[in-house]
Amino acid sequence: MEKKILMGNEAIGRGLVEAGCTLISSYPGTPASEILESAVTFAGEAEDTVRTEWSINEKVAYEIALGHSYTGKRSAVAMKQVGLNVASDPFTRSAYLGVTGGLVVVVADDPGPHSSQTEQDSRAFAQFARIPVFDPSNPAEAKEMVKRAFELSERYEIPVMLRPTTRVCHARQGVTLESVHNLGRTARFKKDSSRWVATPQFLTGLHRGLNDKIDEIARLPEMYPSRISGSGSAARCIVSSGVACANVYEILEDLGLLEEVDLFKVDLPYPLNVDFIEAINAGYDHILVVEETYPVIETQLMNCAARGRISKDVPDYGELTPEVIEKVLKTFLNVAGGTEEDVKEVKGVRPSLCPGCPHRAAFYAISTTFPKGIFPSDIGCYTLGMNFGGVDTCHCMGACISQGAGLYHAYAADGSDYPTIVVTIGDSTFFHAGIPGLINAVFTGARFILVILDNATTAMTGNQPTPQVGVMADGTPGNAVYIPDLVRASGVRFLEERDPYDIDTFTSCLREADRFCRSDEGGVAVIISKHPCIMDRKALEGQKRYRVEVTDECTGCRICIKRFECPSLIFDEEAGKVFVDQNSCIGCGVCEAVCPVGAIVVQETGGGA
Amino acid sequence: MKQQIVVSGRGGQGVLFVTRLLAEAGLEVGADVLTSETHGMAMRGGTVISHIKIGNFRSPLIRKGRADTGLFLTDANIPIHGAYVRAGGMRIVNSGGQGEYAGIDATACAKELGSLLATNLVLLGFAVRQGALFCDETVMCRVIKQASRPSQVELNLRGFEKGLAVTT
Repeated sequence: MEKKILMGNEAIGRGLVEAGCTLISSYPGTPASEILESAVTFAGEAEDTVRTEWSINEKVAYEIALGHSYTGKRSAVAMKQVGLNVASDPFTRSAYLGVTGGLVVVVADDPGPHSSQTEQDSRAFAQFARIPVFDPSNPAEAKEMVKRAFELSERYEIPVMLRPTTRVCHARQGVTLESVHNLGRTARFKKDSSRWVATPQFLTGLHRGLNDKIDEIARLPEMYPSRISGSGSAARCIVSSGVACANVYEILEDLGLLEEVDLFKVDLPYPLNVDFIEAINAGYDHILVVEETYPVIETQLMNCAARGRISKDVPDYGELTPEVIEKVLKTFLNVAGGTEEDVKEVKGVRPSLCPGCPHRAAFYAISTTFPKGIFPSDIGCYTLGMNFGGVDTCHCMGACISQGAGLYHAYAADGSDYPTIVVTIGDSTFFHAGIPGLINAVFTGARFILVILDNATTAMTGNQPTPQVGVMADGTPGNAVYIPDLVRASGVRFLEERDPYDIDTFTSCLREADRFCRSDEGGVAVIISKHPCIMDRKALEGQKRYRVEVTDECTGCRICIKRFECPSLIFDEEAGKVFVDQNSCIGCGVCEAVCPVGAIVVQETGGGA
Repeated sequence: MKQQIVVSGRGGQGVLFVTRLLAEAGLEVGADVLTSETHGMAMRGGTVISHIKIGNFRSPLIRKGRADTGLFLTDANIPIHGAYVRAGGMRIVNSGGQGEYAGIDATACAKELGSLLATNLVLLGFAVRQGALFCDETVMCRVIKQASRPSQVELNLRGFEKGLAVTT
């Protein structure tokens, strides 16, 4: 069989298709975004019709997968860990009601976190919901676990979670491609109101049934953790799962201690096998648990003598990097010194918006027009507006609109001299969770400016299409849904669309919007900041290009660096002046408007329709 | 055969592509391959690092001081990621200056070829010439042809060969 280098997320997408899954829904989010894209790539190998979709948010994605599963077909939904917060309502109830066709919930965690707003452990969420969870340690294993998860899901009619972490999602490995399993199932929804409607009278029974399933799964011999080092009669044992387990093994190997320690690898951290719990507690006086990110295995051991994240022998926050684990192991095993000296972390370059990014122009106009304004924002590339004063808050998907309303009401209660509040949200984030907040703000009489940064894509996660683009995950046309229609339907009475590249026009529009907010009949004013993401090659080629230079007039005031922060504008310490890095400059020409002494000059060189 | 390699650079410099080429080359020579990459927000011009492990490994991550070879797409990253390379390991660096490493001005070479996009390939070619990698140029050329976008194959090969031709 063919072996191919696959990223963890690609291996998971491949595994879903191989397992005969016929619906995969998702909302993009690092580190989970490539799972659906991979499923799209491999779907063509299936004889059954495989439906793939970018849903507008994780709750919607989850519910679509549930409906599909109710017909007896295999379904999957993929998201990042904080996406599960959004999908938590359908997720928790689905444990009680169960499923018909297998349902695998892929939730990618991000210990560290590298690209997330929390480092929560979805295995703990699975435990809370009483849903079994697999914890893969590499891409090949993740693909294998997709199949085990489907089998378990159908055997017990229960959703099953697969919880990879960033280090699995974004690892690459040679993975064997197996043939696609065509189940040939046709949709058959069997009505059963005691289960699919499940009014409160049925729920204690369903709860008891769920507990029985979990008890049975906790006794399955095939889920008994395997010992991957030691003789089985060592004095010390380590219990570990996921990529942490892979690191523990390699470090033991380097220390020459593989024979001295019994290392148990847990594939299913919840429910932890009960016979294993008994055997470990009876067999070892010294137990160390190494897992990410919360103590899920550790709490199930119910052993106060066990060492881990609760006892703080393992740090109870942060990613378990190999360096951290090495230190923990050496302490636990009484290995003297030799730990890599704690080299002081040297900070790298912080990320910033790309040269030519339309968001930069919008933020510049907003922060200079309202120097005393408050700027709630949201999740996406544009969060980077914080680098140069364009973003004051960022919380969770869609929060900025309601936070803006909350800020407004707090200030408005103190008098009419409230600061201008300019809320920024991306187009994809607006679809995801912004709409209810907007309706609420309009209805309750909030007054602020909402700038929807419409760059026609979900840029941060790899440029997935939004519903307005009208192209679905597999490239086929969908029925486009337009942001202006949604804004008008939410009751907004001030709606304008401007290209932020034209800073002067954009600025006058902001002033007009502020006047509307403060007028007798005022309310929420919406400006759609419309300019495509320049990562889109076609968009980049379609726009005018300029040769940008800085003349000797430059006074070295650094306003362009601090307030505009384009990576192509660089301060030459020796000369005391700014110069343009022509290698990275895309020639958008926007910075011309930024220099207070007119030292940035542009000359049109081509492009544009 | 076992080799551990880190590739360090800034988002947009082609760290991910070099990582992919090394992984494919590992598969091509019949070795087990595990890699780890940085995605998401850090890719917007931020500092990024990839780990590539060729041979029998379980973890995708390399511990500090364990890498046999480090490829640095900018010398600014040596203070940040230099500690990954073990004592006696090789540091292959895109640099106009000099230091305790094998340096090449890959940016200047790529400019001569007419596209900075080839910088990463120039450095990769230079690394092969220095004997810093587990595979030879024949394998790498084959992989570059397979993994490049059709419009980029020629430029990538020219970049690779340019780096390969440099002797120090």
